[in-house]
Amino acid sequence: MSFPNLLTVPKIDKIGVEERVNRFCKRSIKNSSKTHGLHLALSMIDLTTLDGKDTPENVKRMCYKANHLHDSLQGIPKVAAVCVYPTMVKYAKKELKGTKIKVASVATGFPSGQSSLDVKLSDTKFAVNEGADEIDMVISRGKFLAGEYNFVFDEIASIKEVCGKAHLKVILETGELDTLDNVRKASEIAIYAGADFIKTSTGKINPASTMPVTYVMLNAIKDYYKKTGIKIGMKPAGGISSAKIALQYLVMLNETLGYEWMNKDLFRFGASSLANDVLMQLQRQESGYYESIDYFSKD
Amino acid sequence: MARINVLKTYKNFIGGKFPRTESGRYFQIKNGNDELLANMCLSSRKDFRNAVVFARKVQKSWQNKSSLNRGQVLYRVAEMLEGRKSQFIEELMMTGLSKLHAKNEVELSIDRLIYYAGWSDKFQQVFSSVYPVASNHFNFSLLQSVGVVSVISPNEYSLLGMISVIAPIIVGGNTCVILSSEKNPMVGISFAEVLNTSDVPAGVVNILTGKRKELLSHFASHKDVNAIIYCGDNNQEIKEIQHLSSENLKRVKIYKHKNWDHNSSQSPFFIETCQELKTIWHPNKV
Repeated sequence: MSFPNLLTVPKIDKIGVEERVNRFCKRSIKNSSKTHGLHLALSMIDLTTLDGKDTPENVKRMCYKANHLHDSLQGIPKVAAVCVYPTMVKYAKKELKGTKIKVASVATGFPSGQSSLDVKLSDTKFAVNEGADEIDMVISRGKFLAGEYNFVFDEIASIKEVCGKAHLKVILETGELDTLDNVRKASEIAIYAGADFIKTSTGKINPASTMPVTYVMLNAIKDYYKKTGIKIGMKPAGGISSAKIALQYLVMLNETLGYEWMNKDLFRFGASSLANDVLMQLQRQESGYYESIDYFSKD
Repeated sequence: MARINVLKTYKNFIGGKFPRTESGRYFQIKNGNDELLANMCLSSRKDFRNAVVFARKVQKSWQNKSSLNRGQVLYRVAEMLEGRKSQFIEELMMTGLSKLHAKNEVELSIDRLIYYAGWSDKFQQVFSSVYPVASNHFNFSLLQSVGVVSVISPNEYSLLGMISVIAPIIVGGNTCVILSSEKNPMVGISFAEVLNTSDVPAGVVNILTGKRKELLSHFASHKDVNAIIYCGDNNQEIKEIQHLSSENLKRVKIYKHKNWDHNSSQSPFFIETCQELKTIWHPNKV
């Protein structure tokens, strides 16, 4: 774990990135591949509820959904994880006992990250002790934009320490980082500080995840892999609401990092309404008709 | 130097925006002399699906607006159309109508919008009722919009026909996805520009251009559509619609008449077509 040399971080050509990303959106996907892709997308979803109004009951309801996406469709996978606030972890954990679905918890003063290190550490410890398998932390964007990269690095490293066995996902909140160069820089810092996953957004800021931002982060992962042989995961979150967009992300993933990353251990979608849209598309492929949302469970 | 004409690109109208068709295909509209008038989007099922998503999303909030407000919005559409009368007359003439007929059609269209704007807060009184029942209940019925309506617009009277069908739909709180007249779809898309500059919320009216034959089955089979209105008299098509609509018990209404310029083509019963009767038994002594 060492601080990355930010002087050698490549500069980002914004126009070039946008052009490249546009190409990913124009692939023609055959029906059988589409079905496969939709199944894959479902298995990568972190079903998320992060509202002030969350209660144990609605977390339980979401966990049930995670385990029973749409029972009338045969052979569909379960989602990868549910993502909740620390206080809800124990309820989710209890509901998902005996399944392979992971429980992820946001921590470190989510979503703004404006609390002291002590609070952030105890927030994380609490979530881990409650049984969270994965921790989604936010970085201090204010410090990052002020150029205090060491501060951001140290903070991530110390959170990683208290995570123990739990996987650490680092949320860059790219909507607040302004430029793609900053996104790349923040990705480097997060990866070198010990992140297992890097994640685009909290979902509370607009714009949330976009394809150009994700593309830049995927390339940071690629370069790190080339240098060290270590695979870091990626989680775009927020704004991915339709099956079509999810497939475009998967195309981008495949063409940037390759097939080895095409699984839930290295790629996740943070989304709440994506699952239902994917299910609706799968249902259409089976029955030939477009379904009404009334026939699917509420998120 | 001769000026180069600036021609309009006719696109679909979905969710308050003018996107091209997802399919990237087009078809040509020609006039009587076989001259090209425009390339129109040849929409596919995916355009229809997207339109239904928008129509569904906005339906509740449109239904929950006050009747008076919906009437005002319709009146505003009429105002906007009045201001662009000459454009519509010209466009109708391009497709072979005489000036007199074109002017007549546009004026009737405006009047029809105003007619339905007026009915917005009155049809409920006409169709609702109170029933005397033997038990201790206050029993009454009222109308509620059915939801999302798909419309195969008439081929005759491309402007007036379309307006005659959609005005009663939306005034009753429904939202709709329309296939513009196949023979002359241009004026339908121009009407979308009018809708877009009046106060109709995005997604309440969505207009596609394309081929009936290709889209009919999707208009009829989509399970998130609550009713379908078909204008025409092709029995085979009607049968197909009835068959596919049974999947989710969609309401089917067939308009076979073609005299859209006639007074019989406007009545509050056209509003009632897309309304569900809801009956309430309210206990009045406990």
